[in-house]
Amino acid sequence: MPPPAKQPNVRVVTLNIDGRDLSAREDETIIEVCRENQIPIPSLCYLEGLSVWGACRLCLVELAGQGRLLAACSTRVTEGMRIQTNTEKLQRYRRTIVELLFAERNHVCSVCVSNGHCELQYLAQKCGVDHVRVPYRQASYPVDSSHEMFRLDHDRCILCTRCVRVCDEIEGAHTWDVMGRGTECRVITDMAQPWGESDTCTSCGKCVQVCPTGALVKQGTSVGEMVKDQHFLPILARRRHAQ
Amino acid sequence: MSTSPKITVATTWLDGCSGCHMSFLDMDERLIELVQQVDIVYSPLVDTKTLPDHVDVGILEGSVSSEDDLEKALTFRKHCKILVSLGDCAVNGNVPAMRNHFKLSDVVDRAYRDTVTIQPQTPTQGVPALLAVVKPIHGVVGVDVFVPGCPPSADAIWYVLSELIAGRIPDPSAVTRFGA
Repeated sequence: MPPPAKQPNVRVVTLNIDGRDLSAREDETIIEVCRENQIPIPSLCYLEGLSVWGACRLCLVELAGQGRLLAACSTRVTEGMRIQTNTEKLQRYRRTIVELLFAERNHVCSVCVSNGHCELQYLAQKCGVDHVRVPYRQASYPVDSSHEMFRLDHDRCILCTRCVRVCDEIEGAHTWDVMGRGTECRVITDMAQPWGESDTCTSCGKCVQVCPTGALVKQGTSVGEMVKDQHFLPILARRRHAQ
Repeated sequence: MSTSPKITVATTWLDGCSGCHMSFLDMDERLIELVQQVDIVYSPLVDTKTLPDHVDVGILEGSVSSEDDLEKALTFRKHCKILVSLGDCAVNGNVPAMRNHFKLSDVVDRAYRDTVTIQPQTPTQGVPALLAVVKPIHGVVGVDVFVPGCPPSADAIWYVLSELIAGRIPDPSAVTRFGA
């Protein structure tokens, strides 16, 4: 979905979220309305300022009259919607999703540079993941330390593609992309070359800052030292979309 | 002095660094309060050599990495009413499980042959055989309470024990997390 272009004259719709009557512009998505109204919805791939990807499924909500669940990030509000954001069923699904992310690759929080500053770790605690009920895959993934400033650890990657989108949409370099399917799926730089050899990377570090986990980090950081700063994103995104 | 009967607690460490037990001791003066409410009947912290037949709360630190660890986990499950996984190694494998990416024989060679210059040899006597795959405790036996953290803070352990003493099953999510 392309970045939502805000039109000057849009209708206002009324809807009900978790029993609260709210009004919103009809070009807004459910997650945007929830965030504006301090209704917490977990998400990993969604990030304000980037296009919508809809991959992590953590922001799934229940819509009255709909049998299937909807991703709040990729669903626009409509008149009269009745939405539940935190039912027992959703809590169960979210917990399972986070557990599967932990089981898929290797998130060893205690020795991770992002320990204490990681969105996946934070969500695990929020969703009540005190252990992972499925067996760990125990697959080994490579680390790319070829870039002089940054490091990529596929073990910690959850394939949210924030790096891909920020590089393409905000920096305009499109160094990052996605390759392979299933468990082989991974983010790549240029044509799957080592990051340090990339011709297109401007070393701006935006990918590092938007990465929710310890997959993209600064070189030279030790356990818990990788603190990310995403303040630049909404500002740059607004200026880009205003062009 | 509390008049209610004391609950019995047993603890042991499997493949861990003993840091969770250190964190346990880090409860400081609260330990005095604790011993008025619990009897520690078996633990590396006390002198008893055998696990009693019936224990109210069993606390395991560390992951299941060897035959000895497996034996201990099974024994604790058999004799403890409530089994607690204490710390990230027990809860998710943590650092000990990082060897799972390699073949066990390669790991053993790395430790005892490749990096040794004088008389490289693999110990076989007096040490338990390592398992091919390191697992969290709940990978081999049922676990009732999970306390993540590396290590869980003394406050988190205090909360968990206080709840168990009060006869409730604690939810440690509010006080600790993976890697805490």
